[in-house]
Formats: sequence, structure tokens, C-alpha cells
Amino acid sequence: MTAASTTGVKLTPPPGKRRRPPGGWLPYALIGPAVLLELLIHVAPMIVGIWISFIKLTQLYLANWGAAPFLGFGNYQIALDFNAAQGKSLLQSFLVTCVYTLFVVAISWVLGMAAAVALQRSFRGRAVLRTLFLVPYAIPMYTSIIAWKFMFQQDGAVNSVLDALHLASPGHQPFWLLGSNALPAVIIVAIWKTWPFAFLMLMAGLQSVNEDLYEAAALDGAKPFRQWRSITLPALGPVNRVLLLVLFLWTFNDFNTPYILFGVNNAPPAGDLISVHIYSASFINQSFGFGSSMSVLLLLFLLLVTGIYLFVNSRRHRDDA
Amino acid sequence: MRETAGFKTFRVIAIVVLALFVLFPLYVMVSTSLKPLQDVQGVFAWIPTTITIQPFIDIWNTIPLASYFVNSLIVATIASVLSVIVAIFASYGVSRWRFRGRNVFTTTVLATQMFPGVLFLLPLFLIFVNINNTFGIQLVGTRGGLILTYLTFTLPFAIWMLSGYFDNIPRELDEAAKVDGASALGTLWRVILPVARPGVIAVLVYSFMTAWGEVLFASVLTTQDNRTLAVGLGEYSSEVNVYWNEIMAASLVVSVPVVVGFLLLQRNFVAGLSAGAVK
Amino acid sequence: MKFRKVAAIAAIAGVALAAAGCSAQSGGGSDKGVTLTYWASNQGTSLANDKEVLTPVLDKFTKQTGIKVKLEVIGWDSLQTRINTAVSSGVGPDVVNIGNTWAPYLSATGAFLPYDDANMKAIGGSDKFVATALQTGGLAGKTVTSVPLYGLAYGLFYSKKMFADAGLTPPTTWEEMVADAKKLTDPAKGTWGMSLEAGSYTENVHFAFITAEQNGASLFNGDKPDFTSSPVVDGVQRYLDLMQTDKVVNPSNAQYTDGTGPAADFAKGRAAMIVSQDNAGPTLEANGMSSSDYGVVAIPAPEGGKQVSSGIQGINLSVFKNTKNKDAALQFVKYMTSSSTQSGLGKPYASIPVLKGVTPTFTDDADIAKVFSDVYNNRSKPYPLVPLEGAFETNVGNAINGLFANIATNGSVSSSDIKSALQTAEDKTNSAG
Repeated sequence: MTAASTTGVKLTPPPGKRRRPPGGWLPYALIGPAVLLELLIHVAPMIVGIWISFIKLTQLYLANWGAAPFLGFGNYQIALDFNAAQGKSLLQSFLVTCVYTLFVVAISWVLGMAAAVALQRSFRGRAVLRTLFLVPYAIPMYTSIIAWKFMFQQDGAVNSVLDALHLASPGHQPFWLLGSNALPAVIIVAIWKTWPFAFLMLMAGLQSVNEDLYEAAALDGAKPFRQWRSITLPALGPVNRVLLLVLFLWTFNDFNTPYILFGVNNAPPAGDLISVHIYSASFINQSFGFGSSMSVLLLLFLLLVTGIYLFVNSRRHRDDA
Repeated sequence: MRETAGFKTFRVIAIVVLALFVLFPLYVMVSTSLKPLQDVQGVFAWIPTTITIQPFIDIWNTIPLASYFVNSLIVATIASVLSVIVAIFASYGVSRWRFRGRNVFTTTVLATQMFPGVLFLLPLFLIFVNINNTFGIQLVGTRGGLILTYLTFTLPFAIWMLSGYFDNIPRELDEAAKVDGASALGTLWRVILPVARPGVIAVLVYSFMTAWGEVLFASVLTTQDNRTLAVGLGEYSSEVNVYWNEIMAASLVVSVPVVVGFLLLQRNFVAGLSAGAVK
Repeated sequence: MKFRKVAAIAAIAGVALAAAGCSAQSGGGSDKGVTLTYWASNQGTSLANDKEVLTPVLDKFTKQTGIKVKLEVIGWDSLQTRINTAVSSGVGPDVVNIGNTWAPYLSATGAFLPYDDANMKAIGGSDKFVATALQTGGLAGKTVTSVPLYGLAYGLFYSKKMFADAGLTPPTTWEEMVADAKKLTDPAKGTWGMSLEAGSYTENVHFAFITAEQNGASLFNGDKPDFTSSPVVDGVQRYLDLMQTDKVVNPSNAQYTDGTGPAADFAKGRAAMIVSQDNAGPTLEANGMSSSDYGVVAIPAPEGGKQVSSGIQGINLSVFKNTKNKDAALQFVKYMTSSSTQSGLGKPYASIPVLKGVTPTFTDDADIAKVFSDVYNNRSKPYPLVPLEGAFETNVGNAINGLFANIATNGSVSSSDIKSALQTAEDKTNSAG
């Protein structure tokens, strides 16, 4: 899996490369099905969604959208008024999600990298371990999250381990799904089901690294960590660029983990991730317009971060070249 | 290949820590699935006092597990296969031609990864309903609607990955095929795809798992007839009881085929990878 | 090429616009071999159990009328979302079960058939229902859009054995309840006076309502939320104090998000009292407790307080306004709310009769039946019949969840903390309107 996709960072063709002549109708026919599907399932609903964010779509107008009053940026004002209740809780939810994303992406990447490097060279039992490490990715998400929910009960398996390690005083076992511990809990669950994906991508990326480079480096006396820094990491550059970005986007938009772990509308503030926050506002509180305005703000934020990421990356890429 | 002591230590630590982390919930799942319901409530016991396989029998009666399983299998398989096919064509187009609108296409594809699902859940439902009213194609409450949705959800990443692969396949191979008289599609089929096989399988696996685990849209787009496991398993917790043991048992049962499939494919695509056409 | 793309975009945009402008799907069409779609809520021990219970009942209806019914049982987690999407798209079932507290907001959507005089007559007239049950059909002062199907009420369940061993009699005031609970609490032995579903927002909001009513306060001033008056705050404090200052509730109850936790505690002798709706029987039985092991009294009010022990709980039946089979749907509602169907479903669903003159079948214990019937008919108040009821439940319930979590994780909660949490809930509720 060399250089899994650099399309994202190659939005401008690298200098020096010959411009390929346009291929007439053929390329359009090739992307046609994808374009149609994207328009139908992604783009059109999103345009409707953005429109909803400008109207007052509450339960009173749910059956007859046409009658919902146009609010202009009214919904956005409520969402961004950080002194009032709704704005404050949106800000809190946003910050929690930032922390969540940071930890989940960083740790998942580190674990995936550690496993990929550890299993890079053949040894007895490698195939078994590789399979084992991919199991969390292969079992249904609902299953793994509900299992963790079960383990995070106060008298559950996690506290039982902490007890055995004398990390929790008996009788004062911590709650994991309540209060401030909810954040570490939801992070751990997300890492468990996310890191194997990083492992899979990085493992595939490592297949293309030329073994001779390591031999040469070893002859030069480079220690394993130096070899990793000077050979492995650069070789994985293209994979990493894509991997980190999709992990960031998927984690930030993650709905399943908090939804299944805490249940509908029961997330404590420390576990109130933004997708579930918006879902509650829309579907439980029946403020679809307000919910959509928060979604649009989220979308703008993600666009901004991704834009900066790609810009910085493509500049670095060009400097390297 | 010489390995230093430092590397060996790192390897042992990494493997032990990760294996424990992975196995911990798996052990809890297995042991819980073998306990009677009353032993599941209350303090967690590492060693079950009573072992029973009853949960593995009861799971089929508490919810229509078999039909949910079949639904998930059909939806995830068809959606992932179609997604890979559509993505192969699109990636080939993007990778081999610099046509007008190419940048708009790639940028939009990337941007769709940022759409929060909650934003277009209700609109998508409405569009499906309108397609039904206008064209008589039923998409809500059918597997077709779910397949269409998941296929599209996985497209962006699939296109992204595959076009990266294709970019790295030397153009000289195309040229050679062209000289031999192959058409553009013939080149794709005979030259590009064999080389990109590991990538195609990796994308297939990704698409399958995404469709297999999706909860949010499934909760709205499914009815009794097309419900998938991802939401169906939730039915083991009802108003009056949470059948933890059955949840775990059912989870294990439905995971086995997927894990086995993974195992088989893994051998396949790792072999493809080490064949090393892509350097 | 360009043209094809443009055409595609135009087509999609057209669909989107149609979606946007869409309201109810137009009715019409002929009545050919009528099949009704019916969404039932989860009332039994599992969705499969619900299917088992309802299928013979529906078959009987088909035999009587020739109308087929396609049943789907939907769990509570997704029922509200499914109804919301059905309302907004105009495509849904013909007949649906709703939690009766949703009746006001669903009524406000205008998507449901009002039971006006003609429709009410078609289902057998409003006279057949008990007065309590009819109070929760829709918005205050408007024609109801739902009729009662199953009645439920809260009660205080106590363990006969634990009370007898301690020489106690069941409490008749809140103060007695707390005093009894204190005597029965022994954390060292793992026994507690009470067990609460303290992590469930629906349960918590019901108690905010009951205690407010006991204190003579109202949560809405017209259509406007009013959550921060001192009787409301005091009521919530009284409820929270069961865990915080009275210490008769295990702090770990803050993680109970459904009724199974308290039921298991109660059945296994870890708690002497639970508050629950009358349908707790099957759960207790599943945990090995028979109905002769416990007694039930009304949830007591504090001395000098109003004698309110429950909100009017229950499940209502609504018909979608745009149904193509209005007559068949009304026949079905009539059948489901007939006395023979009601007495048949009373037992499996532990429902209190919503019809006059129907003998309760939800329990074999005559005393328990009497207590619940009394609570339901004489000591219950309807939840606020305003469009913002849904937002009230979400936000106040969530606020109390948070307060319980604070108490459980070693924080303390003062009355000003409660007030500010309720103020936040009030602000959020206001912005939903």
C-alpha cells in the first residue's frame, strides 16, 4: 500500500509534471456514477440541511415546513451567544470534543504505529497477533461499545482490575460513566475500536518500505529508533497524511461511541460530544433549525481545519520535493 | 536481519500491552455470555460461578437475530462491493486524466467527509420519501435505501485511497498496454487492477465494516423488515430487562463470521502486498 | 458532457426542493384490501414478547373486520425519532402508540387526527374512558389527538420482610418514608432504604413534577416555563436529598439509567423500597421476587403538602391525519380501546384500566390493585399540556441527572446549585420554543 492516496494533498498538480491531455468524454463517464451518488446522498441533503438552519423548524412546523418562519441568522445567534445557556453548553460540548479528538487520534496513531513496527518483521506468532489486533475492528461497533459500557459500571470489570492493582480504595470505586470520568471513559472506548484501523493502514504502508534501507542504516550504526525516524516515518508520510486527516474527521463527527455508551440524552457534560449534542437538540428537543445551525458551524470548523492542514501539508510537500 | 535487544524489548512490551488491551473486553464478553442473567447483575466476577450455554439458545428468540444478521450481511456486502466498483472507475478517471472539473470533484469528495451525519439525516429521509412519491422507488424501510446510503458514505475514502494507489502505478504500464492495443477499460482491467489488488481489498474491508457498524442512519432508515444488527442488537435491552448475557452471546455469534472472513482476506491481501508490485 | 452534469444537478436540486416544500402526502386512493400499519411501543419484557402478546389480539381484529394490521414494535430509544421523521415526511404508520407525555407536542405538530365529535363517536365515545385517562390527550383546551390505551401510575414498593423485621409499617408521609428508610439503611451490609433510577432523565423529570405538585407549584406559567420558583427548587432538593443528606440511597444509583437496576436491588434485598410504575411486576419476577413479597403504597407527600403521588403515566393511541384508511384506523382504535381487548392486555402489560367499569387485571393482589387504581384516579396530575413539554422533560431531566452525578462523585449540591441548574434548563427550554 504505497503512498495510499496523495490526492487530497495534490489538489494542485506538482510542478514539473506534464499536464495530461483531457480524455474527452471518458473521464466524465468514469466519475459519473460517483458524482450522481454523491449529489443524491451527500450534497443535496446537505443543501437542505443548510437551508433548515435558517428557519425556525420546531415541532410546531415539523409537519408543514413551508410555514416555518425564516430566521436569517437567528439560530446562529443563539448557538454563538456563549453567555446564554444554549451557547454555553455548545461551547462546552465543542471543547470536550476537541479534547476527545486529540487524545483518540494521537493515541490510536501511536498504538497503531507501535503494533505495525513490532509486527514489521516476521517471527513466530506474527500472524496470530496480527489477527488478534484486527479483531476490535472486525466486531460490530455496537458490540464493543456495549461491552465497555458493561465494564465501566461501578461494580464492573474495570474497577475490579483497579482494585486488584490497588489503584482504587475499596468502597470508593470511581464512577466511569458519570461526572468528569466520562471523558476518559469515552476516549478509551473510542481508542479501542479506532487504533486497529491505524494499525491496518500503517501495516500496509510498511510493506512498501525497502528492507535494504534498514540494512544500510544498521551498517552505519543507526539505532532502531533512529532507523524508525529516518526511514520508516518518512516512508509512511503519504499514508500518515491521509490517515491523520480521516481519523480527525471521523473522530470529531463520531456519533456511535457516545450514543451507545451513554444512551439518548443521558450523556454527562464531560461526555457530551458534539454529534450527540446536536442530535439531542434536533431529535429530542425538536429544534431542528437550531440543531442544523450547530451542524453548519461544525462543518465550517472542520472545513477550516482541513483547509489549513492541506495547505500546510502541500507546502511542506513542495518544499521537500 | 539483525534485531537489537532494545528493539526486542520494545516489541515484547508493545505486544503484551496491546494484546491485554484487546483481550480485556473480549474476555469479559465471552465470560458474560456464559453466565445466567442473575449472575450478570451486581459485582463483576472474573470466573463464572455457573456456566451455561442458555444465552446462546435464547438469543434467537429474544429478538429476530437471524433476520437482522442476514440483513446486515446483504446490505454490507452489496454496499461494499458496489462502492469499490464505483470507486475504481472514479479513481481511474481522476488518476489518469486531468479533465476540467477534476479539482472540483476531488475537493467535493474530500469535503463530504466533513459533513456531520446529524445535519443531513432528516433531509436524506425526506429525499428518499420524495423519490418514493415521485418515482415509486421505495427506499425507506428497504435494504435498497440502506445500500445506496452506505455505498455513498464509503465512496469518498475509497476514491481517495484508490486514486492514491493508481497514481503510484507507473504510466509506462498503461502505455505498454496501449501499444498492445488495449482500450482504456481493458488497461484498467488487465493492468491496473491486478497491481492494485491489495488496495482494492483493503478498501473493500473498510467499506464493509463501515456499513456493518453504522447506527445513526440505520436507526431512522430501517423498519422491522430491513433492520441491521448495528441497531437490532440494541433490542436486547428492553423496558424491563437488560439481557447483558444475551447481548454478549449474540455479539460473539455475529462477530465470528466477520472475523473469519477477515482472517481469510488478510492472508490474501498481505500476500498481495508482499508480491510488491507497488514500490 | 457538461449538459449531462447540469441536468443531473438540476434533477437532484428538484428532488431537494420537493423535499423541502413537501408536507403531508395527499390522501385519496381507493380502499382496496385495507392493511393498516401499526407502530406499537415496547411494553413487554422484550420486543419479541410484545409481538407474541399483540399478534393474537390483532388476528382477532382481522377476523372480525377483514382489516389486516401490519405490526411493528419499536423500542423506546428510537420510537420518538421514528415518529418525528414520519411527521416531517408525511410517511408513517396509520396508527401509532405514543408516550402520553408526548401528546401535547405531537398534537402541536398538526400531523395527527383530532378526535372531534364524529371521530370520538366512531371509536365508541369519550364516555367510555375514565376521566383521568382523558386528561392527557393533547394540548390544553384543544381537541385531543390521542386517546388512552394503557394506564400506568407510580407507587412506592416496599419489601414486606424488611419492614416486618424492623417492626415498621409502610409510610404515609414523606418524612415517615425517610425515617423508615434511614432505619433500613446499612451501607456496611450493602442494604439501603431506597433505590432510585437516578441516572434516567425521564424518571428524574417525573419526580421533579411530582414534588413540585406536592409543593403546590406549577412548572409552566401559561405556555412559559417556570422552573426556578422556590417550591419547585425545594421539591427537587427533597428528592436529591434522599441521596445527599438523608443518605438512604446508594450513590451508585446515579448510574442507573433504566428500571432494571433498582428492580434488581429490591428483589435481592439490597434495597427496602423502590419507586416504580405498576408494570414493575415482570421485572421483579425475573429477578426472583414474587408479588407476595412486596406491598405498595402511594408515594407519600410531605406533611401539609398536596396529596399528589404520580403524574398521569401511560401510553396513548394516535392516528396519523394523512392516513388513507381513516375509517379502518378508527375501527382499530375502537377495537384496541374496547373493554374485551383492554382486559386481555391489562395483565401482560400491567396496565391500569383506562375504561370505566373494567376490572383491573394487572396484578393478582387485590390490595396492590386498589392502591394503584386509587393513585391513578385520585392522586395523579397530568404533565404540563404545553407544546414545550418535550423540551421540559429533556432539559429538567438532564439537569437533575447532572445534580445526582455531582452528589455521587463526592460533590455537594446546594439549593442555589439546584436553582442555577434549573435556570439553565429553563433557558434551554425557552430557546426551543
